[in-house]
Amino acid sequence: MTKPAFNFKDYIRPRFFPHLWCPGCGHGIVLGSLLRAVHELGLDKNEIVITSGIGCSSRISGYVDFHSLHTIHGRALTFATGVKLSKPNLKAIVPMGDGDALAIGGNHFIHAARRNIDITAIVMNNRIYGMTGGQFSPLSGSGKKATTAPYSTIDRNFDVVELAKSAGATFVARSTVYHANECKDFLKQAISHKGFSVVEILTQCPTYYGRKNKEGDAIQMMEGYKTNTAKIGSKRLESNPHLIQRGIFVEDTTVPEYCEAYDKIIETAMKGKA
Amino acid sequence: MKDKEHIRFLQGNEACVEGALYAGIDFFAGYPITPSTEIMEHLASRLPQKGGKFIQMEDEIASMGAIIGASLTGKKVMTATSGPGFSLKQEALGYACMAEIPCVIANVQRGGPSTGNPTHVSQGDVNQAKWGTHGDHAIIALTASNHQDVFNITVEAFNMAETYRTPVIILLDEVIGHMREKLVIPEPGEITVVERLRTSVQKGVDYHPYLPREDGRLPMSDFGGEHRYNVTGLFHDMWGFPNNNPKVVSELLRHLMEKIETNVNNINMYKEYWLEDAEYILVSYGSSARSAIHLARNRRARGFKIGVLELQTLWPFPADMVREKCAGAKAIVVVEMNMGQVVTQVKNAVDHPNKVFLANRVDGELISPSNIKTLLRMIQGKGV
Repeated sequence: MTKPAFNFKDYIRPRFFPHLWCPGCGHGIVLGSLLRAVHELGLDKNEIVITSGIGCSSRISGYVDFHSLHTIHGRALTFATGVKLSKPNLKAIVPMGDGDALAIGGNHFIHAARRNIDITAIVMNNRIYGMTGGQFSPLSGSGKKATTAPYSTIDRNFDVVELAKSAGATFVARSTVYHANECKDFLKQAISHKGFSVVEILTQCPTYYGRKNKEGDAIQMMEGYKTNTAKIGSKRLESNPHLIQRGIFVEDTTVPEYCEAYDKIIETAMKGKA
Repeated sequence: MKDKEHIRFLQGNEACVEGALYAGIDFFAGYPITPSTEIMEHLASRLPQKGGKFIQMEDEIASMGAIIGASLTGKKVMTATSGPGFSLKQEALGYACMAEIPCVIANVQRGGPSTGNPTHVSQGDVNQAKWGTHGDHAIIALTASNHQDVFNITVEAFNMAETYRTPVIILLDEVIGHMREKLVIPEPGEITVVERLRTSVQKGVDYHPYLPREDGRLPMSDFGGEHRYNVTGLFHDMWGFPNNNPKVVSELLRHLMEKIETNVNNINMYKEYWLEDAEYILVSYGSSARSAIHLARNRRARGFKIGVLELQTLWPFPADMVREKCAGAKAIVVVEMNMGQVVTQVKNAVDHPNKVFLANRVDGELISPSNIKTLLRMIQGKGV
């Protein structure tokens, strides 16, 4: 039996549209890649819970026709942990912005990774707080302009991939919205991976980050993702090692998944009682 | 005749655990904090024995988030904490008010503000239970002065969380939490247990998660079920979609308040001792009520007309009941271990606020019967 062709309308809630993202925002491409990934995996919409926090990126949860939980700033992973542990057969997907995931939510990010609970965390990295109007984030990096860094930032940035790796995430990947198909493929693998998976997707904010830092319009910023990144293992990266690396950095299936490990605790506890 | 399994000698925190298990708790998330830690320790061992889930989270906020997430999959959930942790949980607690998610939060009170007096008793979080999270909202907070009642109010906390789709706060205090005394665990069925009200709307029919039935209750649908809907902390319409239309905002806020406030009499739990002819009434709750009852019993034995009104529901405050019970009193003494939190409510409730006095103690020690007696003698003009 062949799967029906992908149709956006099968996966969105028209009532929620038009969306609130600015013209030229990259988040819609992340949404498209995510929906295509879900479609290609053949998942039932009833088995997906999408949990988000607060910010531009977090609005993604309302647009999709899954069980959706739009929570409080930075804490989406904690709510998703409750959902997943109490009903492990559900697929937990958590899209987050860079501030949501790694400033206010940084502690939850590393602890979810440490537990290796089967949640797919998507970090939509536009290097800025968009919804509040262009303040720098922990992923902006130094020497950048923002409304709260009128003289330029002195804060260094996290490297999401390195942070996720060292915190124990068992699937770690990075792509950009320029590489929409690659995004979709990484998301498919992340959702299928049993354990905590992190997919960082570089996505442009022409309205605030682009304007403040004179990086041009959406198209120019997307071209930047093409020219400034390279796939790991590629010749291009070998000859330009300073480029931002894209690819799957970690895929480890040897670490026990948290909910499965807890099922063994239940088994032990029940025996102990009997 | 109850057997050993049913008659126990235990801490108040354990009585709370027994009540939660009786009520059907499925999921607990927590973070260690004195003096509530025993609740999570005991649930860590008891929950998996019945196939439930326990998780120690990375912080207090995470614990609150996790129980809300678990509740949405249809589970009965709880967390436990004390002062500083209760402060941290407030934002997510407000989320549970707004999104109308059943959950139970035990706060075993210690001295505050800040790190305060972690191993000593206080009742300083009464107002925080009501006003801790931002914005107008209604809340239910229950308390108890002995372990049998701790058990009972814990069962009721779960029942009320389900009935009203709201967070319910169990306000214990350090003395109750750590003191050991007898608990008789009721047989199944002896106390009513309210189960999750699930929607009868069939697959394929539009389900409105935020459209109350005629009786005001909101049937739920578990995450993972046939109905996919949105849950948000934003003001929202009957589908759970964000909406800032002034009419929608106003109606939702009024609904959140009224579903609790119109049920004050159903939510109100209290006990009374020797009130019929009492000229002097001690109003108290939690461990303070033990001293109040002790003093009243001794004074009664000497022919003194004194009684005790022990509050078990602190929020919504049962103002009408307090006014009625205190109507004939010469003086009303509110006994509590804070700078006067319930006394303010009592003064607002009664016809003659000038007859209301505060007997308090805020040094980390349990208020004693003689502390209360000292104030009573002064009120009576007998000196100290």
